[in-house]
Amino acid sequence: MLRIQNLQAGIEGREILKGINLDIKPGEVHAIMGPNGSGKSTLASVLAGRQDYIVTGGSVEFLGKDLLDLSPEDRAGEGLFLGFQYPVEIPGLSTTNFMKTAVNEIRKYRGQEALDAVAFLKMMKEKMALMEMEQTMLSRSLNEGFSGGEKKRNEIFQMAMLQPKLAILDETDSGLDIDAIRIVANGVNKLRNKDNAVLAITHYQRLLDYLVPDFVHVLYNGRIVKSGSKELALELEEKGYDFIRNEMHQEEEVS
Amino acid sequence: MDEKFSSIEQTVLSDYKYGFVTDIESDEAPKGLDESTVRFISAKKNEPDWMLQWRLKAFQQWLKMKEPDWANITYPAINYQDIIYYSAPKQKVTISSLDEIDPELRRTFEKLGISLNEQKRLSGVAIDAVIDSVSIATTFKTQLAEQGIIFCSMSEAIREHPALIQKYLGSVVPATDNYFAALNAAVFSDGSFCYIPEGVRCPMELSTYFRINAENTGQFERTLIVAEPGSYVSYLEGCTAPMRDENQLHAAVVELIAQDHAEIKYSTVQNWYPGDKEGKGGIYNFVTKRGICQAHAKISWTQVETGSSITWKYPSVILKGDYSIGEFYSIAVTNNRQQADTGTKMQHLGKNTRSRIVSKGISAGFSNNSYRGLVHVSRKAHNARNFSQCDSLLLGDKCGAHTFPYIEVKNNTSVVEHEATTSKVGEDQIFYCNQRGMDTETAVALIINGFAKEVMNQLPMEFAIEAQKLLAISLEGSVG
Repeated sequence: MLRIQNLQAGIEGREILKGINLDIKPGEVHAIMGPNGSGKSTLASVLAGRQDYIVTGGSVEFLGKDLLDLSPEDRAGEGLFLGFQYPVEIPGLSTTNFMKTAVNEIRKYRGQEALDAVAFLKMMKEKMALMEMEQTMLSRSLNEGFSGGEKKRNEIFQMAMLQPKLAILDETDSGLDIDAIRIVANGVNKLRNKDNAVLAITHYQRLLDYLVPDFVHVLYNGRIVKSGSKELALELEEKGYDFIRNEMHQEEEVS
Repeated sequence: MDEKFSSIEQTVLSDYKYGFVTDIESDEAPKGLDESTVRFISAKKNEPDWMLQWRLKAFQQWLKMKEPDWANITYPAINYQDIIYYSAPKQKVTISSLDEIDPELRRTFEKLGISLNEQKRLSGVAIDAVIDSVSIATTFKTQLAEQGIIFCSMSEAIREHPALIQKYLGSVVPATDNYFAALNAAVFSDGSFCYIPEGVRCPMELSTYFRINAENTGQFERTLIVAEPGSYVSYLEGCTAPMRDENQLHAAVVELIAQDHAEIKYSTVQNWYPGDKEGKGGIYNFVTKRGICQAHAKISWTQVETGSSITWKYPSVILKGDYSIGEFYSIAVTNNRQQADTGTKMQHLGKNTRSRIVSKGISAGFSNNSYRGLVHVSRKAHNARNFSQCDSLLLGDKCGAHTFPYIEVKNNTSVVEHEATTSKVGEDQIFYCNQRGMDTETAVALIINGFAKEVMNQLPMEFAIEAQKLLAISLEGSVG
């Protein structure tokens, strides 16, 4: 589904990703962990098509297409979703109105007819129940005055509405208490099926207690330096990122 | 929603879709302005002598006055001798029914999306259509007359209802008020008159549609609305003009009179030709609008200003009667080289008077957008209250937003609040929308409409949709 080969990218002349390789197949959950500044959020931004980031090398193939060649909105149309670490606020724009536009723009991209108001509302009600959301949240301005938990829940609600093929969740767990993490992770679990995949970017292991990954990758200094099963996450939790740093230094000394 | 966005796409190539010219013969006054021009206009309209005298007095006033220069706008000096002050489409002198309107004219209004055909009109809106200097047609007159409502052109009102005109014309905006009001009083050619009798709630929206067609002409219309005690009326005006390389002058006067317990809701969607991307051409829009409220009366101004190369306009309310209410809701959009200096004056004279100002300025391109507002609380206005909110939104970094609030409070039991914010449409907001499948134009339209929502909500439903489209179109290509 997603094949990243030797991806190099940076911002304002500073190289951040120094050759990422990653393969994601339908039905899989991948977790990317790593210390601050290792390039986790840069990877998410580059995949979603944020313009400030410049790709300097490598390739990304998504469902048979050259992802890097597509505009951000076309990437969304193809089924790529980014759950933002810091969801933005848009005053005066209701979540309902925002979602209706998003859903129908994506349908248009896929050559589907726009949903009418009745079908749209039915879908909204269903997905809100999934995320244990209150009705009032949808008539409020998008993310304005939402608590951290509400914002992240709203991200997963949007994911539920848009039904992406690949969901990239950029530190969706940061700033959440344990109950909110459970609701968010359970929401993602309910949306999983054999045709879609999740790439979860996180600092901490605790999200992975609920959203169990098939693969865990450690990103360090712009490269994936270690990949493994979910046990790797536990090992990291126990030993901290220092053990990766030490391993890296040893390798450097050897070479 | 979908319809809205496809219409945006359609307009990508045609920046100003009302820019066509109708090829109709017109009957014009010679260029320039002196006493004979004033006499010419008055004679053309078969006016009684008192009206001519009123005009001549205003003309003498105007000669003594100076063009104001305090506004935050710059433009080359206007040559008042280079303007045609009267232009009327040539058609049969009297029309007995709407069917007899020149088909070319009728098509013009159809193109503008205005149907003059009463039978086919679905929504309950009565329209007075003014092209260049003359009112062409007023619809739904008979139905309105059954309730005693008068809705007709100003020329007709001068002939048919002289007592009302003599009593109220110039009573809120006297000819001496300002330079442009004096000019208008001398040379105004038409406009709308509306009278709602005591206790009557006008059953439909009343609307005037203004169009400047002929070249080198100025448009000087006057609107007068009188709402007798306990009555209610909602009124809307719309305006467009062809694309011309020369600047054209529009200097209108609107007067509103709300008697005890009456309510007037006045909405404007102003879309005069704004000039091209380099700032060539466009309408100079110098307008004086003011209403007076007697006890318990309410006047509410709502304006969506997207057109004109220069806008100079301050719809105001004199809160004379106790417990009267004034409101001003405004969205002013400037793009390319447009300049707007607009706002309001709320004059609290009566006790327990209240006013509310919500101004939303949106600037893009190289434009300048200023809010200028005065809240005045007089010595006797006990317990007066005002709330003002002025928000500015910037698109890009070459445009300007300015706020000039003036507050004069002479009564210490009053409460005046002022809030102001300035924000920029952020890359983050646009990227967030992009990531949800929307292109940048759509994203900007959503963000802008969110910003403007509070004012949009004040517009009558059918016009709100129109105004939303207009906002998106006006800002076409200003981001990205």
